[in-house]
This record gives sequence, C-alpha cells and structure tokens, in this order.
Amino acid sequence: MAELFALLANVWDTVRFPLGGAACLSGAILCIIGTIGVLRFPDFYTRVHAASITDTSGAGLVLVGMVLMAPSWIVVVKLFCILGFLLLTSATASHALVNAAHTAGLQPKIGPMANRGHEDEEEGAH
Amino acid sequence: MTLAALFAVLAGMCLLLVRALLGPTLYDRVLAVNSFGTKTVLLLGLLGFVMGRPDFLDIAILYTLINFVSTIAILKFFRYRSFQVALARRADGISNRGGS
Amino acid sequence: MAYLLGIFFAILAFWMGNSGYYKPLMLGFAALSIAVTLFACARMKLIDREGAPYVRLFGWLAYYPWLTWEVIKSNWVIIKACLRADLDIHPALVKIRTVCKSDLAKVTFANSITLTPGTVTVEIEGDKLLVHGLYEANTVPEAFLEMDRRCARAADPAEKRA
Repeated sequence: MAELFALLANVWDTVRFPLGGAACLSGAILCIIGTIGVLRFPDFYTRVHAASITDTSGAGLVLVGMVLMAPSWIVVVKLFCILGFLLLTSATASHALVNAAHTAGLQPKIGPMANRGHEDEEEGAH
Repeated sequence: MTLAALFAVLAGMCLLLVRALLGPTLYDRVLAVNSFGTKTVLLLGLLGFVMGRPDFLDIAILYTLINFVSTIAILKFFRYRSFQVALARRADGISNRGGS
Repeated sequence: MAYLLGIFFAILAFWMGNSGYYKPLMLGFAALSIAVTLFACARMKLIDREGAPYVRLFGWLAYYPWLTWEVIKSNWVIIKACLRADLDIHPALVKIRTVCKSDLAKVTFANSITLTPGTVTVEIEGDKLLVHGLYEANTVPEAFLEMDRRCARAADPAEKRA
C-alpha cells in the first residue's frame, strides 16, 4: 500500500508541472480573448462583459495553474487569497463602473448588432 | 510554458493599452485600467514563478486590493469632483446621486 | 463578543497563511498588528452581524460551487461571441424582481449576476434589479429564477424567507 502511495506521489510530482503550465497558458490566452472582445465590441456596456472574461475565467485558470505548480502550502494559501479578492473586487468594481456610467446618462445600445453598419453611425451622430 | 503564459499576458496588456488610449468615454478608459490592473496581478504571480521566487505573491495581493480602491476612487472623484462626499445614501432617504 | 472573536480568528488565519515565519519576534508583531486592526474595526463600528457572517458559511459553501459551474457555462458563450467574425450580439436592458429579503442576500445575488460574464447589474432599487445583458435570450427574467432562489436560500435568514 505504501508503495502505491509513493508511486502516486511520484506520478503527481511529474505531472503537475506540465498541467499547471498548460492551465496558466490557457488562462493567459483567455485574457487575450477577453481583450480582443474589449477592442471589438461596439459600446461601453458590452465591453464590460468582455472584460469580465479576463476577471473570472482568465484569472481563475492562471491562478489554478500556479496552485498546481506551488512549492509550498503558504503559496497555495496566498494564491487562494488572491483568487478570493479578485472575484469579490472585480465584480464590485464592474458594478460600480456600470452604475456610474448609467447615472451619468450614458445610454446603452439595445437590439441586434449584426448588420448595422452605416445607419448606426448616423444614429450616433444625433 | 509559464514563460509563454507570461508573454501572453503581456500581449493582452499591450492590447488593453490601445483601448485605454482610444476609449471614447471616460468609462472605457477606467474599464481598461481596471482590467490592466487584474492582468498586472497575474503578471506578478507568473513572474514570481518564472524566477523561482513566489514571494512576489505578497505584492500581487496588495496590488489586487489597491487596484479596487483606486478604481472606486477614480469613479467617485469623477462623479462628485470631490473626495469629501459620502458614497452611501443619506439616512433621510434622499438619494444624493448625480451631484446637485 | 462572538463577532469580535470571529473577526479575530479570521485575521489570525489570514496572518498565519501569509507569513510563514513563526519565531517569537514575528508572533509579537502579529499580536500587535491584530490588536491595531481590531481597534480600527471597533472604531469603524464594523463588529456586527455583517462583519463576521459565519452563520451563513454553510449556505455559501453550498452556493459557490453551483455558481462556478454557471460562470464556466456563460464564459463559453461570451468567448464565442468575442471570436465570431460577424459580431452577432443582441444587448438588452431588463428589470427583474428578486425574492431576496435581506441586504446580504441581495448583494450576493447582484454580485453573482455581475460575476457571471454576459450579465451585469446596473442598479438596485428596492427589490428590483436593472440588468444589462449581452444576449437578450439569456437576460429574460426567467433565466435568473434559479440563481435568485439559491441566493435567498444561501444568505437570507430562515425567518425572513418567503
């Protein structure tokens, strides 16, 4: 039985670094995807949705990857602290942002966005 | 692979700077800066792992909290043009939003 | 007193998890900083029911794994929306009514909506929430019924529940 546990620990020690690196890389790629959304989407309210990809799944995957590669328990505790703070504060910050924009009178664009090329720009000029 | 993730996060930060410079309204810029701060936290953690010094995570925790506080402070300042106003509604039920 | 002890143990656990040095000098600094923090909390009148919400801990422990799965599902939708060539989005602004009674449950609900990519809470007025969504089909009031119910079960005290 002890040999089995030793074998499992050995396998885990060899597997966790590639797994953690893959999780970090995919989280970073999700960050880039969220940023592409921030650049592409038409108005402020839709950009908030794209930015929240970075804040939830991008940051979550990167931090989980770092947890897999962590050298000691202290590091794991710190990473979970960062994850908790990020999830709480990013949601609150984006709510504050949207609420401030709405209070200041910034109107969201409503309705399908697929084929609204030129008429949309004319609408915006008014 | 951690190094590749580091450079991917850096590329995302560069793209976000474009939005922060372009952004038509103030709120687009604040959104870009807030998201930039989140990515900075990730960058600090990844940098610590690449260099083999996870002590960087302490700075990352601090940066998370300071990022939140600075976003709220910027929003509050541009709503009231002052830091001297209470953000919560007053006890008499009159909302003090939107200045006067 | 119970709330003070709750905050004390939370701060102590945070310090222990972040320090890694357990020499007498460092533990003395820990005692000093915890004392200063507790004094500041007492001065800001933070030591009350909301400062140490341990009664709801088990409700939240049951709620957040479910929320994680919801976040993953809606992440996939928004990632596809970001990468589509034709920008096939349909933003909508809807007003939904919540069954949550206490402030804590409302905050949990609004925070969950904002945390889920694709929907963001714009404003809270009484028991009505203004929600902006990226796809109109995902933002109809019926889509939030289950999250609302689970939030009320997780954070509302039992005697207030409808």
